[in-house]
Amino acid sequence: MRFTKDHEWIELDGDVATVGITAYAAEQLGDVVFVELPGVGKALKTGEGMAVVESVKAASDVYAPLDGEVTAINDALSGNPETVNQAPETDGWFAKVKVADTAALDALMDRDAYEAFLATL
Amino acid sequence: MAEPTDLKTTPLNAHHRAMGGRMVAFGGYDMPVQFKDGVLNEHKWTRAHAGVFDVSHMGPAMLSLSAPTGDAEADHAAVSALIEPLISGDIASLKPGQIRYTILLNEEGGMLDDLMVGRYPAGAPTGSLYIVVNAGTKDDDYALIARTVGDKAKLMRMDGAALIAVQGPEAAAVVADMLPGAADLAFMQFAGGSWEGHHVMFARSGYTGEDGYEILVPPAGAVAFYERLLADERAKPIGLGARDSLRLEAGLPLYGHDADPTVSPIEAALNFAVPKKRRERGDLRGSDRILAEFGGALTRVRVGLRVLEGAPAREGAEIADGAGKIIGVVTSGGFSPSLGHAIAMGFVPPDQSAIGTRLNVIVRGKAQAAEVVAMPFVPHRYVRKP
Repeated sequence: MRFTKDHEWIELDGDVATVGITAYAAEQLGDVVFVELPGVGKALKTGEGMAVVESVKAASDVYAPLDGEVTAINDALSGNPETVNQAPETDGWFAKVKVADTAALDALMDRDAYEAFLATL
Repeated sequence: MAEPTDLKTTPLNAHHRAMGGRMVAFGGYDMPVQFKDGVLNEHKWTRAHAGVFDVSHMGPAMLSLSAPTGDAEADHAAVSALIEPLISGDIASLKPGQIRYTILLNEEGGMLDDLMVGRYPAGAPTGSLYIVVNAGTKDDDYALIARTVGDKAKLMRMDGAALIAVQGPEAAAVVADMLPGAADLAFMQFAGGSWEGHHVMFARSGYTGEDGYEILVPPAGAVAFYERLLADERAKPIGLGARDSLRLEAGLPLYGHDADPTVSPIEAALNFAVPKKRRERGDLRGSDRILAEFGGALTRVRVGLRVLEGAPAREGAEIADGAGKIIGVVTSGGFSPSLGHAIAMGFVPPDQSAIGTRLNVIVRGKAQAAEVVAMPFVPHRYVRKP
């Protein structure tokens, strides 16, 4: 699993990455009440908005961690947005993305580096 | 996280930080937006039990005649005559120990603030009013009031005190254990009492739609009083996040969002705060506009919206009619934890304001169906007595 400084996680399987937000991000957002996911087929560009997570208090953007195309989204989040808080790094995944260049993942943090990054916040 | 360097703090600030409060800047103060349970749980706890809120950032003050005669009725009439020219309400008719929600007006009939004005109970110095205004507006409000009353009355601010709200169905029981006189009050009454040697003022009022109290505690007793409240297992600390979602469900406007200097009390659907006596006397600031609007010459009015699909519509989201024409804007909105769906307040033209009118809210470029509904969204549970 790889991580971004924007607190997304990316799990690569072949050339398809599953993307979600980290436990730290979910904790910071508070109780998630609505998740707006991208449409299947949407082309993502690194750093552009790909989803919106709404807590009781506020809406927060989630940025695409990689270039690619959305191949699937986690429809279960529309009925059960609290899954993002309960299982952020497993069942609370947001989207599967066919990655344009898997080598781009090498620039992202591994678990140890992400933990070290969190310690600086 | 907001550092408190250039922010003001309340007497309970260190306590909030020690309790794990997530601190944010609000109205110039370093305040807890939530505690460890989170906004959703804090909201639900308040609706079911008793939520304890630090609202010391607000501006409590006492306005007192400089030269009272000692005749309670004459002195109350005199101090009322000093404040009424600035506000929309009828203060002269307040009975001892009664509080009223009212509006500070500008010359155009717009809202400079909304505030509480109370007549001190019997036993207090005659010709004195208790006033509580909003945090972000208090300096301007008090400058205007002080300038207007001149040397006829003195305004004593009580900024250093703690103002603590206890709200929810178990609030009365929690407070009665500490302040035996509290149970005797009805909604919008207040009294003074003693707690562990500290003189406190307590009002049966609040900003959640629940029964409860707002209690003014002197600085020396503030932390001890707050800790005693929280020692009761029915009570939990609640942050500003849940305070906002609770007041939204209660249909109560938030100054600076649902009301501002361009908005009149009639546009804000606060007609009850402009009583007949003041309309007939026609001596309100901005009277011409307010009376015309009261008579129906209105271009926008605050309504409640139920968002029927999609994301919560928040402040700034546009409101469109069925044909796609933009007709208004959301001024407060979010997810209602009690109802389980999104709700909002916003301004629309009167001919689109009837209950049941289907509209759209525009969230991130997408039109989502919404419907005008009655406020409060969640029924008030105030304790009124015959």
